[in-house]
Amino acid sequence: MSLLDRILAGDRLALARLLTQIENESPAGFEALSGLFPRTGQAHMVGITGAPGTGKSTLVNRLALELRTRTQARVAIVAVDPSSPFTGGAILGDRIRMRDLTGDPGIFIRSMASRGALGGLARTTAAVVDALDGAGYSWILIETVGAGQAEVEIARTAHTTLVIEAPGMGDDVQAIKAGILEAADVLVVNKADLPGADNAVRALQSSLELASAVPRVWDHHGRLEPVDATQEARVAWVPPVLKTVAALGEGIHEVVDAILNHRTYLETTGGRARRDRDRLSHEVHALLSDRLLAEFLDSHASADLGAALEKVFARQASPRQVVESLLAARR
Amino acid sequence: MARKLRILIAKPGLDGHDRGAKVIARALRDAGMEVIYTGLRQTPEMIAEAALQEDVDAIGLSVLSGAHMALVPRVFELLAAQGQAGVPVLLGGIIPNEDIPVLRERGVTAIFGPGTTTDAVVAAFEQATAHGAPSP
Repeated sequence: MSLLDRILAGDRLALARLLTQIENESPAGFEALSGLFPRTGQAHMVGITGAPGTGKSTLVNRLALELRTRTQARVAIVAVDPSSPFTGGAILGDRIRMRDLTGDPGIFIRSMASRGALGGLARTTAAVVDALDGAGYSWILIETVGAGQAEVEIARTAHTTLVIEAPGMGDDVQAIKAGILEAADVLVVNKADLPGADNAVRALQSSLELASAVPRVWDHHGRLEPVDATQEARVAWVPPVLKTVAALGEGIHEVVDAILNHRTYLETTGGRARRDRDRLSHEVHALLSDRLLAEFLDSHASADLGAALEKVFARQASPRQVVESLLAARR
Repeated sequence: MARKLRILIAKPGLDGHDRGAKVIARALRDAGMEVIYTGLRQTPEMIAEAALQEDVDAIGLSVLSGAHMALVPRVFELLAAQGQAGVPVLLGGIIPNEDIPVLRERGVTAIFGPGTTTDAVVAAFEQATAHGAPSP
């Protein structure tokens, strides 16, 4: 029985083995994944991101339980932690907070090391998520590396992105900086029993208001007018700002409500299909550029590249000039 | 990309001292391995489930409570039942000498007591996984 057949028969060890092969970028793994691909596109993917220590894993633990209870559907969790840039090793500790999920065969947790990728996910996270989707998990919760201001890769992978904040993480100017907050479909202030929670909520809410939550258009008399709310495609999603105490299970019901609402919103506005197309075309572009680079390096005499690099080191040619001449030589 | 060793470090049972387990996890990390650390007070069932979902290459158990003769064989039973009988299990902690041959007989690959260097532990994990993960 092939690995693919075993996975489709519900063999969880076979699925785990496939995920390892995908992580190691083995040809056998990608072949099996291609076999699963026609079955993908069913799951709703929820990204959970935020700074280290804001309570992402604890929240994921609660969300998985609540989604499981309310929708009965199977839930997979992909939790990414950083690899050491020096040794390549990693401590994957997200399961520590997910002990309540043991013993339910409808929940599958997989830890991943980032293996040098920036952006909060590993290079193969999207493929691992596809495999879980194809294996029949309806909800996939993707927890990023503890993220700063620029790790917005998750917004491309997930349908619904939760950004987790905790009280005391910065003033209202932090809240209007570009980056991770723009990626949010739902904002969660966790540890809301700590002082400063209401301030954090206010800062986030006022930042959302600055972002013109009500979409406006110029009408043909030159005035700025609010868009008619009945124009379905133009109804904007306003990220709710919710308070939770994940360790105590407070506010979780409301977060799951927000996820379900956002899923309905995406389905009714065509946003889901658009996000899927964006994600898949990005994936194809990324693979294409990886492969083209690899082919170029394979086919090109490494001496040429070495000589070109020496020119750059000696400041005789800029990196851009060297790339131009390498490509010109190939044509 | 080269295959990375994935190691589960777990503390079965009820004792509350995980400094040893953390030292080992850190040493394996520094040796370039990916360590899934599950924290304190794990049941054998939780350990086996984590080993399956994470498809680990080896398991390190730390037991200081004296309950190793109950906990360790139970982990082996569960691993065998789920098709992971070939995954090496290494044990560290306070293990009386008379229990060591029994545990080795049961399948424990290596047993470490107080005073073991982290280099020795890293070497033992490398050796235990040298023949590669069990094939599917």
